[in-house]
Amino acid sequence: MRNAIYSSVAALALSATGALADGKITIITSFPDSMTGPIEAAFEAAHPEYDLEVLNKKTSAGVKFIQEIAGENTADIFWASAPDAFEVLKADGLLADVSIQSEGIPDKIGAYPLNDPDGKYYGFAGAGYGIMWNERYLQANGLEPAMEWGDLAAAEYHGHVGMSAPSRSGTTHLTVETLLQGDGWDSGWAQWKRIAGNFRTVTERSFGVPDGVNTGNFGLGIVIDFFGFSSKASGFPVDFAYPTVTALVPANVGVVSNAPNEAGAVAFIEYLLTPEGQTVLLDPAIMRLPINPTTYENAPEGFPNPFEDSTIGATVQFDVAKSGARYNLVNSMFDVMITYRLDDLREAVGALHKAEARYAETGNAEAKALIDEAWALIDANPIDEAQSLDAEFAGIFTKRRKKETDEVGERQAEIEQRWDAFVLDNYSRATELANKAAAL
Amino acid sequence: MSLTSSSDGQRPGLADRLPSWLVPNLSGLHIIAIMIALLLIGLLLVPVAQVMIVAFQDPATGAATLQNFVDFFGSALFRESSWNSFYVSAMSVVVATAIALPLAYITTRFHFSGSILIQSLGFIPLIMPPFVGAVAMQLIFGRNGTVNLILRDNFGFSIPFMEGLNGVILVQSIHYFPFILINLSASLRNIDRSMEEAAQNLGSHGLRLFRRIVFPLAMPGYIAGAALVFIKVFDDLGTPLLLNVNNMLAPQAFLRISSIGISDPMGYVISVILVVFSVLSLWASFLFMRGKDYATVQKGGGGIAKRTLKPAEKALAYGTVIFILLLVLSPHIGLLLLSFGTIWSFAPLPDGYTLQNYITMWEGSKTFIMNTILYAGIAATLDVIIGTAIAYIVIRTNIFGRKALDYLATAALAVPGVVLGIGYLRTFHQFDVPFTGEPMASWWVIIALALMIRRLPYALRACTAALQQVSLALEEAAESLGATKRRTIQKVVVPLMTGGILAGFVTSFATAAVELSATIMLVSSNNDAPLAYGIYLFMQTPSGRGAGAALGIVAVIVVAIGTIASQIIIERDKKLKASSGDH
Repeated sequence: MRNAIYSSVAALALSATGALADGKITIITSFPDSMTGPIEAAFEAAHPEYDLEVLNKKTSAGVKFIQEIAGENTADIFWASAPDAFEVLKADGLLADVSIQSEGIPDKIGAYPLNDPDGKYYGFAGAGYGIMWNERYLQANGLEPAMEWGDLAAAEYHGHVGMSAPSRSGTTHLTVETLLQGDGWDSGWAQWKRIAGNFRTVTERSFGVPDGVNTGNFGLGIVIDFFGFSSKASGFPVDFAYPTVTALVPANVGVVSNAPNEAGAVAFIEYLLTPEGQTVLLDPAIMRLPINPTTYENAPEGFPNPFEDSTIGATVQFDVAKSGARYNLVNSMFDVMITYRLDDLREAVGALHKAEARYAETGNAEAKALIDEAWALIDANPIDEAQSLDAEFAGIFTKRRKKETDEVGERQAEIEQRWDAFVLDNYSRATELANKAAAL
Repeated sequence: MSLTSSSDGQRPGLADRLPSWLVPNLSGLHIIAIMIALLLIGLLLVPVAQVMIVAFQDPATGAATLQNFVDFFGSALFRESSWNSFYVSAMSVVVATAIALPLAYITTRFHFSGSILIQSLGFIPLIMPPFVGAVAMQLIFGRNGTVNLILRDNFGFSIPFMEGLNGVILVQSIHYFPFILINLSASLRNIDRSMEEAAQNLGSHGLRLFRRIVFPLAMPGYIAGAALVFIKVFDDLGTPLLLNVNNMLAPQAFLRISSIGISDPMGYVISVILVVFSVLSLWASFLFMRGKDYATVQKGGGGIAKRTLKPAEKALAYGTVIFILLLVLSPHIGLLLLSFGTIWSFAPLPDGYTLQNYITMWEGSKTFIMNTILYAGIAATLDVIIGTAIAYIVIRTNIFGRKALDYLATAALAVPGVVLGIGYLRTFHQFDVPFTGEPMASWWVIIALALMIRRLPYALRACTAALQQVSLALEEAAESLGATKRRTIQKVVVPLMTGGILAGFVTSFATAAVELSATIMLVSSNNDAPLAYGIYLFMQTPSGRGAGAALGIVAVIVVAIGTIASQIIIERDKKLKASSGDH
């Protein structure tokens, strides 16, 4: 009995080592199987000498994984949506310098440069953020689809909206930062908090949002375009639209430093950029925007083409350096003000919606003053934009000791506790004021 | 004759009883004990310590500090999370009791056809990954799930089953109530009938008899089950995450440890608090049980008296049982519908039915199924081997520190899967696998070892119980006839423990097969991924939900077949023993 187990274990170990052919390329990716599968099949058909080993992790876990294994790296490629995640790896010196040959690829998609200026990572597809909705849900609740971010803050959507937390999903972080850059720090956050007041839930994974809309758990979701397109392509009664203020950003791919198979990694990236590689992106289960303009000739009817339709994603000039400088700080602020205190925020915003409805009937000036005061409390931020960009302050959220003598002043836990007390107090006072106004 | 033989048998025991430093007599058993201790230290203590140490370091200077714990208790959010975790765990015990108590009572108290069916079905919820259960429950009990859509359309109101903490409590109690059911049923069957008869003679009956006599006597089993439920719920990560409940300790720890680039020590502080709290709860339940031990020492008759139900009572009992079974099997019903459904969106039932999901699933998941059987098989086999060894060392020898082995192995129960997963990544990344040169942390055997450690407590309990029922006299007889210790264990002890060992194997195998929290950290290639990870992958895409559900159904069936088969073997084993005892 025991011998049988041992021999089967040994046989398995042997067969596992046998599979390690010379052409193995190990890819760490946040993309789902349904996307990597067709691309893997197409690549291996075109390059039979290589064997792709795809390892699926969430963006954040993938970055963590590459950082943890850096001492003895086994990964060749990091492949994910969020440019920010690549910025983190680049800052740690974990991305290799490689030269990639391609033809017919423009420099920009929308207003966003496609490739890293230092050549550490490359865009291979475009994606934009927008609003996805469930037709049956909206019909049952007598709602119209929201077309702009601002619409989502309207009273009729209270409790019907879902979104993921930026700390959990790199793509969501981009959405949050896009609005902060597009509308400005203060009005951007105010906008987010007013929208968040309508949230049903903040999901733990970015896929939790399309999943919630697909099942009809909530009616509208803030998602990246391909989730909307591929859900619709799978047959769910859902649809998707781009608001005006959105950034088209490239989904990226880069070679990890000290990659065991750098030549294979380069071959894979070059294949992704060829016309054949780009065409795979139009697979109904993938639905990413190709970055080779000629590929759109094969696109299905109604598929958006950012190279012809200049309204998509042209409004915001996305500043990667700014976003990178306050990456963790923005995540932490969102979690403290919205994710962890969603119930309080929702209650306050709900009370304000009621007070405003009442004010529309009475026109009572005193009520108006109370309502304005309450909104100001909700809109208030614990820190201003200058402080968010202060390298020393933002450093508290990323601190990692480089030397024994490195000292960092405050602890993240202290600051978060202070913010938490600040917003909790504001939200409960806003609820009180709104209730008072509604009673007038 | 019998006197000499028993003193013969005790002679090696006397030598063992001397302090070990006096007689450094390393028998085979000593060496095995040392090897097991090293294994537990290397695979449990060291990795967990690697994670926990961060909690005691000043993030700015790296010096040892308790400041992080001060910050923890200074934060309103963490205080609220602690309270929520405690509340959810306690409420889950209450709700799980409400589910398990009627089932256990009806099946042990009355002549009730289908008792075996209930006992088997009662085990089924345990073998579904909790996160899959949460998905299915959301479709049935969610805000716009089957039940609420029907309620709203017909009666104009809905019930917030799945909102916030309620949802966590509901999913957890349905998933973990079998722990209470199994232990409580066993206790009820062991109650001395004469106690009950004495109470009846004194005029007690009905509810009073149950409240004052029967239930207190069944307390040890109930407490054992309830403590398990409490700890499991307190540590569980998957369910709150899937229901997007963040204000609890385990999700807070996970969110803080796994976020990009954040090196906030708070996640590690929470891990320490989770482990300490779980160890304390386990210890408290042991203390409680030890105090009550006398209650079950004397065994008069086989369990409380069974009686036949009157027709009206029968209808009530069947009604209760069917209602409870429908409730606890609702995740499986939901999953089955999802696996055969086409599109299921904002509707009481799927729009149409198809077999396509099973075809898609089968094409992409043969490896997942094979891997699961391999990993869970290795883990469960090692678990029962080590479990038997520890049980033997603890009960039959006087080796110094043998209790510590028991506690250490049981402590694995209190370590959250994520903590163990991160610890393994940290610890084994520095070592290479011999011959292949890849880091050990990305070697598939590590996944099997992690599962082995996580499920060892289950196997250990089963093996200990089995060994306690093997009479010492049989071993002494074998040894007095000249058999060596080793031969005695091989030919007498282990065969007599078969039933218990098998029960341990099944529990370990079934629960290891659906484990996700540690494996999700350790899987380093999709070719090495087990089933639960495969379901997770499928469920990450809009088109993969049906296929993921189909794979979930396969998991339930594979494990259920194993469970029922071993149940039959155990029953046959019991009958065989009983009949040979009669003659």
